[in-house]
Parts: sequence; structure tokens; C-alpha cells
Amino acid sequence: MTLARPAVADRPTAGPVTGADRRGGRVHGRHLLVGLLLLAIGSYLSLSIGAVKIPLGDMFHPSEQQWRIITLSRMPRTIAILLAGAALAVAGLIMQRITQNSYVSPSTSGTVEAAIFGVLLATLLVPGAGLTDKMLIALATALIGTFGFLQILQRVRVRDPIVVALIGIMYGGVIGALTTYLAYRNDLLQLLEIWTTASFSSIQAGQYEPLYLVVFVGAVGYLFADRFTVVGMGREFATNLGVNYRFVLYVGLIVVSVMAATVVVVVGSIPFLGLIVPNIVRIWLGDNVRVVLPVTALAGAGFVLACDIVGRLIRYPYEIPVGVVGGVVGAGVFIWLIVRAQSKGRA
Amino acid sequence: MITVSSVSHSYDDTSLVLDDVDLTLPRGALTALIGPNGAGKSTLLSAMARLLSPDQGAVRVDDLDVLRAKPDVVARKLAVLRQDNHLTARLTVVDLVRFGRFPYSKGHLDAEDHEIVERSLDYLQLGEFRDRHLDELSGGQRQRAFIAMVLAQDTDYVLLDEPLNNLDLRHAAAMMQLLRQAATELRKTVVVVLHDINFAAAYADHIVAMKGGAVMATGSPAELMRTEVLRPIFDLDIEVHEIGGRRVCLYWHPEPATLEAPARDDIHAESSSG
Amino acid sequence: MTTLHSLLELGSTPTERRRDRAVRLSLLTLAALALASCAAYLLYDVQGSWSYALSLRSRQLGALVVVGVAIGVSSVVFQTIAGSRILTPSVMGFDSLYVLIQTVFVASLGGAALTLGVVERFVVNAVLLATFGVLLFRWLFRRNSRNLYVLVMIGIVLGAFFQSLAVLMSRVLTPDDYLTLQQLTFASFTTVNPTLLGVAALVTVAGLAALVPMLRQVDVVDLGKDNAIALGVDYHRVVTRVLLVSVLLVAVSAALVGPMLFLGLIVANLARQVVRTNRHRALAIGAGLLGAVICVLGQFIVAHVFGLTTTFSVVVNLVGGVYFIILLLRTTRL
Repeated sequence: MTLARPAVADRPTAGPVTGADRRGGRVHGRHLLVGLLLLAIGSYLSLSIGAVKIPLGDMFHPSEQQWRIITLSRMPRTIAILLAGAALAVAGLIMQRITQNSYVSPSTSGTVEAAIFGVLLATLLVPGAGLTDKMLIALATALIGTFGFLQILQRVRVRDPIVVALIGIMYGGVIGALTTYLAYRNDLLQLLEIWTTASFSSIQAGQYEPLYLVVFVGAVGYLFADRFTVVGMGREFATNLGVNYRFVLYVGLIVVSVMAATVVVVVGSIPFLGLIVPNIVRIWLGDNVRVVLPVTALAGAGFVLACDIVGRLIRYPYEIPVGVVGGVVGAGVFIWLIVRAQSKGRA
Repeated sequence: MITVSSVSHSYDDTSLVLDDVDLTLPRGALTALIGPNGAGKSTLLSAMARLLSPDQGAVRVDDLDVLRAKPDVVARKLAVLRQDNHLTARLTVVDLVRFGRFPYSKGHLDAEDHEIVERSLDYLQLGEFRDRHLDELSGGQRQRAFIAMVLAQDTDYVLLDEPLNNLDLRHAAAMMQLLRQAATELRKTVVVVLHDINFAAAYADHIVAMKGGAVMATGSPAELMRTEVLRPIFDLDIEVHEIGGRRVCLYWHPEPATLEAPARDDIHAESSSG
Repeated sequence: MTTLHSLLELGSTPTERRRDRAVRLSLLTLAALALASCAAYLLYDVQGSWSYALSLRSRQLGALVVVGVAIGVSSVVFQTIAGSRILTPSVMGFDSLYVLIQTVFVASLGGAALTLGVVERFVVNAVLLATFGVLLFRWLFRRNSRNLYVLVMIGIVLGAFFQSLAVLMSRVLTPDDYLTLQQLTFASFTTVNPTLLGVAALVTVAGLAALVPMLRQVDVVDLGKDNAIALGVDYHRVVTRVLLVSVLLVAVSAALVGPMLFLGLIVANLARQVVRTNRHRALAIGAGLLGAVICVLGQFIVAHVFGLTTTFSVVVNLVGGVYFIILLLRTTRL
């Protein structure tokens, strides 16, 4: 400090400057572009892998038979993968913001289990139920299930985020046990296991189109991005800023339920995806939903694409369901995240 | 006598919480460990009581190697109480105090054990809470119940980690008085981690001041209660005053929160650098 | 009765004497209840040949009692060692590992897995589970002793991990093999092999015998690690031994009748409610008796009320899950 420097003047300027620097972690167009490019390469790979090999070179001038395989099976599959991955990741992100808890996601709060319960109900109650019937019923049960979780959430005494997540997992487990009970009575156990484990192997043209719904719902989610961020700072904070806490909460609830139910009905559940992807993106970019949402969607799509490709290659030409690969990887990453948060908290 | 020789310890391999500590604590005295947060007081206390095995060094209590001796032998020589005692077990006060006899009875209490238990309950005036569950007591009462357990352990050495936590002023003073009595009347060697220097100065025979994992100063309250000794330890502008023949530290300097205050600070800074 | 008296040394004041009498009364009631439910299980609604029904039912009853006692006792001491009322070996992902081991078994042997020597299968299962259990718990307790919630979470996620692997394996099974697997993994008391039952009972008795001398030290461990060490308990030795025994007991039960995720949780917490003491000698007896009562009565109800349209383990999971959530909601600390 020198005499010449006006001591009073440097105080007020110090604040804003560091504040702007600290914001950091901004997404540069570059990053998004690289992400998109990687995703494109992955999708391209995904198109070429399968029981019938389509050499990478042939993709630009496919034979008629190859073209049929691509349009009827490979293309729908790849699109379904991308949409499902993006939807589950974004659903997880929104859920984590509105509950202010980074250990919450559709698969750790009963949403997914409730949707599966709905699929079972549809099978039992509506003989010959089509995709639309199943989806509607699953959506209804998913909404009820998630709403139930939010109700429980308001009654928890221990505010430890891990406890909240444990309650969510157990809650999902209870719904799952109920589903198992019904399935056991009706000899549907093996079918149940097939629904609950995501797989893209049976995706064909004409069976995946409902997934496009998540694009629409995702757009709604993006419109509400800032409000989710605000709600994520707490009820008082939101009220202070004039945001209708309850309304935004319910919008989030609907967005999350629609996304999760749609994905569950069309492809099945991918455990921990909605939990780990937003958390990893968050470590890098922070909590601003508007910034994070597109990246989370990309990352989720990429994660599922990678799991699917790995599942298809491990025991080629047999397929290992993406839900299983994702479950193994997801559980591992989740444990890493917990241990990481723990050691950070201690330091 | 407790002898700590070249004890070092770290929790995460990056920084030393205890850095080659050598220390001797006198018998039959009340010793206070003081120092800022992170000085290593609690870690040192834990190491002395073999709650933690330090990476290096040895601790001896009289002729007993604390870290190597049989656990129950040490438990009859030395009692220790950590600061946070949240129990999942729903125990009554008397049940808890009876555990103090475990090193002797292994759970089969005889008449003498029961008598000692009742005596320490009386000593801490816990008679009326005898059959109450711990979770029905206030923080101060619970703290007294734990101290009663430690007394029932009937050891020559008693080590306590911040026993004044959660106690209001009256109970804090009463607790210090009790520890003072334990040292004077029962001839126990008491070691306490304290945050309040003034409590340490008023009640202890011997003070150990720590900082950054090392012992900075040891001595009687009179020797340590000096501005030039305390200032570097706490990095704080500490004034020592004498009130009624006792030395008292003043370490808070409230200033009127007026708008001119920062400006005056700056003038100070400028004039001192100029 | 002399042992019971010495076990429940009567206290010195009226309050304590009343409390000790209540503990004794609750234990006697549980014992009576256990006997009554066993009798009901054996004798209710026998049709046709009495000797056939009795021999079949006594075998089932034996399995139910062994499982109830093993799960009850192991869960209650495990809770204490872990310092948490919601931690039991099953909650820590143990059962999913059991399913995984079974799946690998069936996948590699097919239907032969059912006919393969029961004792061999039992030994392989028990050893694998016990080894893994001790390794896992040692690792967990050392690593994250500060936050129990984190422990539970890691246990549950590990469970999901094993489950994913098991599902992965089951996907490559033929429907026949899948049926075999389902028979092996869904806890079933109806198909009990007498040899297996004998081995399981023997191991359970041995485990209990090894546990009894440690129970007074377990009382002290209930005060927390620091206090236990301060009171001269060789904490690590006690924890390791109790872990080993309780993991072995759970392995016995899992190998005998398959996984029962929440049975231990229910039994241990109910036992603590019914037998209101911290003396683990009384608590362990109470949990063992209560475990037997719940298993026997539960299977009785599944058989005679639901007409076997469901399994005991599905019911336990349903009830246990709800109970677990209530526990989480109610406690301010675990």
C-alpha cells in the first residue's frame, strides 16, 4: 500500500471485480460444440453396430437393405437413446433444484417405481393395453408417487440430504415391493424385470415416437429454468423475489413425472442416471439451471449412448441391457460422488 | 505424571495436527490446554488417552505406556471424556454412571462398585435425576452425568475435552469448581481442554498453550497470563488486566459502528506506513 | 431360572426393580408367545396323515426358528456395533450380494444348482457372504465412521450395484434356469432340506455361543467408540468379533431361506421397544425370541390367510419398507 493510492476509493471497486471473476465456469460455445460433435460421432457408431454389421463407410451410400435396417431399427434406437438419456438427466436436474438436494432424482424418489407400478396396473386392468394407455396410467401413478415423496419430504425432521435421499430410495423400494407383490400373484415377475431394466434392443419405428414428448416438456422446463434456480434457493428466497414457490414446484413436479414416466414406459429405467449426470455437470458448472440444463441434456444423452454401445459390444452379437450397464456404472459413480462430498466436507 | 514424547499426527497426510510434541504434565494438578481452533489440543488429549494412535511418539502415564498397555489396565489409571457424547442408547443416569465401574467389574457390579456409583452421583448432585433417561435431561445435566461416570471410574488421571461446552455461565463455573476440588481434595490429576483463557487462569495450576500442532508455552497462570505471551498464540490483541488480585484477559474491542470508522482506519494505515 | 436371575440382576432402588421386573416379564411373554406360535404352526388345520404333516411342518418350523433367532440376534448386536438403529447387515447390501452369488451359481450350473449337494452349496454361500461381509464392514467402518447416513447410503448403493450385476446374469438365463433361480432367491420356508437345516442350526448355535461372552462388552460399545475405549474395552477386537458372528448368522439365514431385506430391521427395533433395557444379554434373548415369533407367525399367516398367494419375504419387504421410512421420519438422529 502506497501513500499515493486513494485508500477510500479502492474499497468499493474491489467487490464487483472479484465477483465477476468468481462467476467462472461459464459454458463457452466451444464446449457445447465439442459435446455435440462427440455425440454425433457416438450416434454414428450406434447406427453401425448391430446383428447386421453396417460398415462405417457404407453409411454414406447404404444399400436398400441397409437403409431399411437403419430407418426401421437403428435410427429409432439411436434417437430413443438420445432422448431418454437427455430426459432422465434433465428430470434429475430439475428435481434436485426444486428439492434443494443433490442426492434426489426420479429413481431415488419413487417416481420411476411408481411409473413401473402404473405399467403393471395397466397390464392387469386394461387387457391388451397399448403404449398410450400404459403411458397415461404410468404418468398418473408417477405424478401421485412423486407428489407423495414431496409430502414426505416436508415431514422429515433430519435435514441431512443423505437422509432425505435414503427416505426416497426406501419409498421407491416400498412401491417396488408392492409391485412385486402384485406381479408375483399374477405370475408376471419375469415380465416385470424386463420392464424395469432399460433396454433399447426392441425399439423400432412405431414404438418410440412417444419419446418426442420429452422434447416438448424439456422446452417447458427450459422456459422455467430461472424460476427453478430461484426455487432452489429456498421458499423464503423465492417469495422475496416474487416467485410463486408452490406453482413452480408443481410445474417441476409435472415436468419430472412426464419425462420419467415416458422413458420408463418406452425403454425402462436406468438407475442413478438422473442422479449422477446432473451432479457431475454441477461440479463443473454450478447451479444455474439456465446454463446447466442444455449441458446436462447433452451429457445424459452421451452417457446412455456410451452405455448402450458398451452393452452391445461386450458380448457381441448378444446385447446387455443399457439399464444394467448404466446401473453398474451409475452405482460406482454415485459411491464416488458420496465419498468425494464426504472428504470435501471434512477438509 | 503424564509424559508425551515426540508425538506427531496427521489426519490426511497433508498437514501435521501434532508436530513432534514433547510435554510433561505434573501429578495432582489441574492442567488446562488452551490455544486457537486447530491448535491440536483435542488431538493431543485424544492421544494421551489412547483414543487415537498417533503416527509417531509415545505417551506414558506414570510408568504405563498408554498406547501399548492392556486397555482395561489403562482404564483403571486414566479416564477420558470427549466433548460430544450423543448416545444412540437410551440409558438412565445411574446406568451410565455404572459403566464407569466397567474396567473393574466387567459388568458384574459388587457392593463396593455400587457404593462408588452412588458417591459420584451425590458428588454431582444427580440424586433426583438418578432414574431419568439421558435424553430427558438438559445439556448441562447430561454433561454432569457423564462427568459422574468418569468419576466413578475412580482413576488417578482425568482428561476432559471442553467440558464447558453447552454449559451456561453458572454451570460452567460450577464445573470448574468441581474439577478444582477433584484435584485438591481427591488428589486427581485433571487435564482439560478449555477455550476460555480466563477460566483457565482462574482455576488451573498449570497451563499449556498450543498453536499449529506445537506447544508454544507452558507454566503457571501467572507466567502465561501476559500480553506478550498470549498475543502471538491467538493472533489477537489481548490485554491483561489485574482485577481484585486476579489476572483477566480482555480480547474483545468493540468499536462504535459509525460511518467514520473505516475512514479513521485508513488514516491509521496510511500514517503508519508513511 | 437361576441363570435368568443372574442375567437380570435386580437393581437397588424401587424404580430399577420395577424396570428389571418389566424386562423379565417381557422376556417371559415373548417366550410364551414363541411356544404358542410354534404349537399353532404345527397343529393348526392338519388334514390327512398326521405323521407326514408333523414331519414336514416341524422341518419348516425348524427353519423358521433358526432364521428368526439368527436374524434377530445378529441384527440387534450389529445395530449396536454400528451405532445406529437403522443399520442392519441386510440394509447394507448383503442380500443383493446373496442374490448375485445365487445367480452366478445358477448361470454356471443351470438346473443342477438345485440338486447339487445342499451342504456344499450352503458352505460356499456362507463362506463367500461372511468373507465379503467382514471385508465390507471393516472398510466402511474405518473409512466413514463419522457419518452413519453415508454408510447406509453406500451400503444401499452397493446393494443396487450387486443387483444390477445379478440382473445382468439373469438376463442370459433360460426360462427354466430363471425359475430355478427364483426358487433359490425368494425366501421360501416350504422347501427345507433336513441336512441343510441341521448344519444351519449347528452354525447358529456355535455363533450364539461365541457371542454370549462378548455381550457385556457390547453394552459398553453402545456408549460410543471413545467412551468404550476410555472404559478399557478392546474396541476393535469386540467390533471385529461381533461383526464376524453377526455376518455369519445372516449368511446362515440367507443360505437357508434366501434374502429377507427388512426382517432384521423390524425384529431388532421391535425387540428394543418390547425389552426396554440396554443389557444386550436380555436384548439378544428378546430379539431371538421375537425373531422366531415373527417368522413363525408370518409364515403361518401367509399359509393360512393368504393361501400362499404371496411369500413371507415379499410381505416383510412391504411392511419393513414402510417401517424403515417411519423410523427415518421419526428419529432426529440415527
